[in-house]
Amino acid sequence: MATSALFFIFAGLAIACALSMVYHRNPLYSAISLIGVFVSLSCIYVSLAAPFIAAVQILIYAGAIMVLVIFVIMLLNLDEEVALDRLRYLYAVGGGLGLILLIQTFFIFYAVMRAPQQTVDQAETVGKTLSIGQAMFTEYLLPVEIVGVLLLMAIIGGVVMVRRLSQPQLEKLVEEELTRRNEQDEVGDYRISF
Amino acid sequence: MEPSLASYLALSGILFTIGAAGVIFKRNAIGMFMCIELMLNAVNLTFVAFSRYYADVTGQLFVFMVMSVAAAEAAVGLGIIIAFFRNRESVDVDDASILKN
Repeated sequence: MATSALFFIFAGLAIACALSMVYHRNPLYSAISLIGVFVSLSCIYVSLAAPFIAAVQILIYAGAIMVLVIFVIMLLNLDEEVALDRLRYLYAVGGGLGLILLIQTFFIFYAVMRAPQQTVDQAETVGKTLSIGQAMFTEYLLPVEIVGVLLLMAIIGGVVMVRRLSQPQLEKLVEEELTRRNEQDEVGDYRISF
Repeated sequence: MEPSLASYLALSGILFTIGAAGVIFKRNAIGMFMCIELMLNAVNLTFVAFSRYYADVTGQLFVFMVMSVAAAEAAVGLGIIIAFFRNRESVDVDDASILKN
């Protein structure tokens, strides 16, 4: 009973925060509403017996990604977006597409509801960090390594994307720095041998 | 008594729909980016709910993968937004129209 009550509280909070994220024109208000969605989803994960995922949700989403987003919003000093009359029809398009998507998903839930009910084993330890770690480094080792390579590519991509200098300027700068270091090394060698 | 699997799926479907509609409503690149994050979270909730009701750890493992992809997407996507802002002094997606002419 308590689980049900908690689920409905946090589900309502998540939906309210998501609606407020789409409603607000100021990107900073949207970002803070999105953090509310992440925190309430994390509470739902705890009630689904997935403590590891709940912790990682707070650490990665609310801690890393949203800090990055708010940092960029502050850096670019964004204003509120102004409503344009010529784009008014997009609200109808978005609402219609959203409605179709919602009907489709509820059709799927109807099918799930009619299927025989799954019983949950309360003593199950599936969500524990130990079982996730075992699966991650035995059965699913290759996907984990691929994700590592993906993150490396993202780091390099992020650095390449935001650099200010063009390629020839950058090469010139690197060359100057290298010659400066070489000269310093020679001076240092001289002092040691003396 | 636990809520049924269908109620978790319903919450996930509602959140995904709000995110998908938000991508169309928003003209701000950062706003669209945040709506995409919301859709990824809705899918994560489905994974965790199924993992609970079928007692299989694979669902939670792939939530971890989705989070890594979201982090990579945040790094590259925000890099693109900053580079775009530097050229156009705006993050409005309507201003990204060089290919139009």
